Amino acid sequence: MCLAVPGQIVDVRDERGIRMATIDFDGISKDICLAYLPDIEVGDYAIVHVGFAISKIDEASALETLQMFRDLGILEEELDVTGGVS
Amino acid sequence: MKYLDEFNDPVLAKSLFDEIRRITTQKWSIMEVCGGQTHAIIRNGIDQLLPDDVELIHGPGCPVCVTPLGVIDKALDIASRPDVIFCSFGDMLRVPGSSRDLFIVKSDGGDVRVVYSPLDAVNLAEQNPDKQVVFFAIGFETTAPANAMAVHMAKERGLDNFSVLVSHVLVPPAIEAIVGSPDNRVDGFLAAGHVCSIMGTWQYGPLVEKYNVPIVVTGFEPLDVLEGIRRVVAQLENGEAQLDNAYARVVSDQGNVPAQKMVEEVFEVCDRNWRGIGQIGVSGWRLAPAYRSFDAEYRFDVVDLDAPESELCRAGEVLQGRIKPNECEAFGNECTPRTPLGATMVSSEGACAAYYQYRRLTGTPVGI
Ligand code: SF4
Repeated sequence: MCLAVPGQIVDVRDERGIRMATIDFDGISKDICLAYLPDIEVGDYAIVHVGFAISKIDEASALETLQMFRDLGILEEELDVTGGVS
Repeated sequence: MKYLDEFNDPVLAKSLFDEIRRITTQKWSIMEVCGGQTHAIIRNGIDQLLPDDVELIHGPGCPVCVTPLGVIDKALDIASRPDVIFCSFGDMLRVPGSSRDLFIVKSDGGDVRVVYSPLDAVNLAEQNPDKQVVFFAIGFETTAPANAMAVHMAKERGLDNFSVLVSHVLVPPAIEAIVGSPDNRVDGFLAAGHVCSIMGTWQYGPLVEKYNVPIVVTGFEPLDVLEGIRRVVAQLENGEAQLDNAYARVVSDQGNVPAQKMVEEVFEVCDRNWRGIGQIGVSGWRLAPAYRSFDAEYRFDVVDLDAPESELCRAGEVLQGRIKPNECEAFGNECTPRTPLGATMVSSEGACAAYYQYRRLTGTPVGI
C-alpha cells in the first residue's frame, strides 16, 4: 500500500470546493484528489498515492515507472481494481 | 541466482554494480527503510549481485507490518459490530490479530470493505447515514495527508457517522531508534522516497549530524535502489556522512507543503508501539483534540484493548535487521503467506513475504 503510481491528468473539476481529477494510469481511470498539488494541470503527470496526487513528475520518468509496474504485474493490484474482496 | 537482464536497463545496472564493487574496500551494512525497496531488492536479487562486503538490512518500512497486534484486535472488535461498515486498504485484511483476521470477520458476516482511497470511506458514510463507517487509518507519512483530508472532509460535511482507527507511524524516529540503539550495526540508510515526497528531506539532516551516518533519499525502482546504495557506499568509503537526495525527480527539500499543513491541522505527534519492536517515543500521529470526536477508539470504547504477540514469530528481529526472514524457524513451515504468524509475512512489502515469494523458489538456500 505504500507504493505510489504515476498517472496523467485527463480532466480537472471542482467537487464541493475540492479540486478533483480523472487520472489515467496506463488505461485504468480513477478519480483522484488534487488538493495537495494545486498547480497541476490537464496533461501533466503526477505520482498518486491512495487517491491523492502527491508529487509532479516528468513524462519520461512517469512512463518508465508505469512500464515497471506493468512488468511486475502489480499495476492492478496497486490500484485495487482486481475486485479482491470489496 | 538472479541475472542482470531482469533490470530494465541491464547496461546501467551492470555499470552501477561494477562501480560499487570497485569502490568497496571493507564491510558495510546498509538499511533500506521502505518496504517497497525491500521488495525490489529481493525480487531483482540486488542483495545477491552486490559484493559480499555490502550487506543490506531490511528495515521496518512496511506500515502493515508494524501496526501493533492490539490495534488489529481493536479493528476486529469494531468490524464485528452489526451497525458498522469497516473500511480498510486491502493488505490489512489478512494481518493476524490475536485470534482471527478481518477476512474471517467478513466471512462471519461483518461488513468489511476494501477501499482504494480514504475518501471512498467518507462517501460511504454519506450514502449510509444509518451505519457507522470506520476507516482503518494506518501508514507512514505518505498516507497521512490522504487520511487527514478524509477526516477534515467528514467534519466539513458534518458526518457524525464517520470515524477513523488511527495507527500512523513516522520514519525519522524509527531510524533514530535503530541507529541510536547500543547494538546498532547499520552504517548507512536509504530513506524512503515517497515518505520524503510529502515531508521533504529536511527532517533527516539532524539525524545525519547527530549519529554521523549517511542517509540517501532513494526511490523504489531497482535502478533507483542501486544508485542509492552506490551513493551510501561512496560516502562511507570517503569517511563522509551526508544527507543526499537520489530521488530528486520526485522529492524536493521542502516536500509537499499543503499536505504537511493538512496533517498538522488534523493530527498531533504521539508515542507509538511498533509491532515487533515496541514503544518508540514521538513516533506516530493521532487525531488532534479538535478532531478527537472522529476517533473510533473513543467512539467504540476500545481504547484500552491490548494483546501479547505470538512467541514463535521473530518479526521484531526481522524488522530491526537482527535476523533475515529465513533465519526464523517458522519461515515456510508454520508461517506462510496463507497462514501468516506475523504481519511481515502478510504484506507484499513485508520482508518475510518477499523472501517467501522470491527466495524459496529460486533454489537459494533458505535455511530451513
Ligand atoms: S517467518 Fe513468519 S513467524 Fe518468522 S518472523 Fe517472519 S512473519 Fe514471523
